Amino acid sequence: MALLSKKDANLILDPLADNNPITIQVLGICSALAITAELKASLVMAISVIFVMGIGNIVISLLRNVIPSKIRIIAQLIVVATLVIVVDQVLKAFAYELSKTLSVFVGLIITNCIIMGRFEAFALGNGVWRSFLDGIGNALGYGVILVIIGFFRELLGSGTLFGIPVLGDPIAKTGLYSIGYENNGFMIIPPAALIVVGIIIWVQRSRNKALIEEA
Amino acid sequence: MGLKETLHQTKLKYQGKKMAPAFNALHTFLYSPNETTHSGGHVRAVDDLKRTMNTVILALVPCLLFGMFNAGYQHYSAINGFPENFSVMEHFITWDNFWLGAITILPLVIVSYGVGLAIEFVFAVIKGHEVEEGYLVTGMLVPLIVPVDTPLWMLAIAVAFGVVIGKEVFGGTGMNILNPALTIRAFLFFAYPTWMSGDKVWVHGAVDRAGTADAISGETILGYLAQGNSDFSYSLSDMFFGFIPGSVGETSTFLILLGGLFLIFSKIASWRIMLSAVLGSLAMGLIFNGVVQAGWIPEYSKFYGLMSFEFWQHLLVGGLAFGIVYMATDPVTGSQTNKGKWIYGFLIGFMSVMIRVFNPGYPEGVFLAILLLNVFAPTIDHYVVRGNVKRRMKRLKNATILPKVSGEVEELKTETV
Repeated sequence: MALLSKKDANLILDPLADNNPITIQVLGICSALAITAELKASLVMAISVIFVMGIGNIVISLLRNVIPSKIRIIAQLIVVATLVIVVDQVLKAFAYELSKTLSVFVGLIITNCIIMGRFEAFALGNGVWRSFLDGIGNALGYGVILVIIGFFRELLGSGTLFGIPVLGDPIAKTGLYSIGYENNGFMIIPPAALIVVGIIIWVQRSRNKALIEEA
Repeated sequence: MGLKETLHQTKLKYQGKKMAPAFNALHTFLYSPNETTHSGGHVRAVDDLKRTMNTVILALVPCLLFGMFNAGYQHYSAINGFPENFSVMEHFITWDNFWLGAITILPLVIVSYGVGLAIEFVFAVIKGHEVEEGYLVTGMLVPLIVPVDTPLWMLAIAVAFGVVIGKEVFGGTGMNILNPALTIRAFLFFAYPTWMSGDKVWVHGAVDRAGTADAISGETILGYLAQGNSDFSYSLSDMFFGFIPGSVGETSTFLILLGGLFLIFSKIASWRIMLSAVLGSLAMGLIFNGVVQAGWIPEYSKFYGLMSFEFWQHLLVGGLAFGIVYMATDPVTGSQTNKGKWIYGFLIGFMSVMIRVFNPGYPEGVFLAILLLNVFAPTIDHYVVRGNVKRRMKRLKNATILPKVSGEVEELKTETV
């Protein structure tokens, strides 16, 4: 017996590719631009969002029959804010330097459109197990793009991955730097992330023509 | 059968094949096509986009040649000292200067065209369109607006970025929002700032020699002024004729002026944009001069050097003149309406001088100003057109039209709306 039924598996797999929150729905762009200069920060951000969305969707799904629809946004905000504060405190306790890099953007997970969007669109109308899968799936879709952007930006912009030099030492001129290579300062600044996102969208849509909207 | 005939035959033979666009591009580069229109009252003129582009390139050639001589002149002068009793024939137009300039600048030209045209061909074949000629001018502009020692691989990456992200993603020539040559310049500047500013990049060999006993340097006048200095050793005629350090083709205001006149008289570029941009930069320069004269800014201020710089001399140094003549007048990214051109040009000049003075890190605001106005050009046009419509509507309302038949006025009004 398969671990997940086909319908359930699609909840995880769809957001990874053909219904990706960043490249197809174009949500969560703000944090994707702001914190992806380093791979480590991207990864931590991705994990935080996976945590918040997984748990958040479970909670909302459990409460879906008790929350009056008039105040559902407030209720959702409280749930997501609680979870984000947990993440923020954990980061401050165990990875202080990193939490400084991420600065306000951990807090701003609250306003991440993907999370509220999934609460509204899915968790309020579906069972706990399926909501959990949907949350994980969308957060993974978000995280994958973040990590891809972070990979290219850190590699090209700083010549490192996870802070470890992979192209040689720019000051001692070893590795690639000995033949005149230089880090691309453009990749460090946020506009570069926008262009990388754009290129990912371009590649994805030219591989799958069905994703191209009618003009 | 001559070459022309052979090419026509080959073209017919391979019509509709995958590589046809690539072949057609080379074909029309050499000859005007032999096709005729079969219906309607069309006029086929040979001055198509390719001829337009070639005219601009023609206007750029003097700048390129001058840049080669100047590269050599600046290099040897930095090593041996500037000649006393400078004479153009003796010290400037020499084989040594030309040779050094040619071997440093021609690779830039080749890389720029090689990479750019390769990308154009690939995209034309993918899209199955004709190859677009837009890159012909861009490819010549790019080597003229970079420092002489720009590493070739950086230039190649920047050209690839500029052509793909600046132009092809929007749909190719004629659809781009930003001037591709300036996109390339901006990319280089933000990606590799150490190679695009400072006092080590403007003279050939200065980077290699840095830190050794033979170290040389040559700073642009703007760079020198931006550090708060207010006196420099170049004379006005040096600045006008271009015997100063700077990007390859931008130093000689005289040749740029000639190129600009050529473009105006061949009706390729808009004189409105050029004139209004000059006016704009003079206006901003005058304001700054006025601030200095009124004593509102102390002499130790870091802006003092550039603010007290004579307002009209801004046109002689840096890339302002080059940008105004060859970049701001780009028909694709500039404003299209006549009134819009005045506003667009004026703001380019105005902003250029403003960025120059207020950006101490990089005293060359021309490319930023033009890129900014490129973005606003459609907005300017929009409001010019709207204003025009409004004015005519008002005129129509106030006009007294004597109706021959009752009800005709009403009809007329609704039609115009």
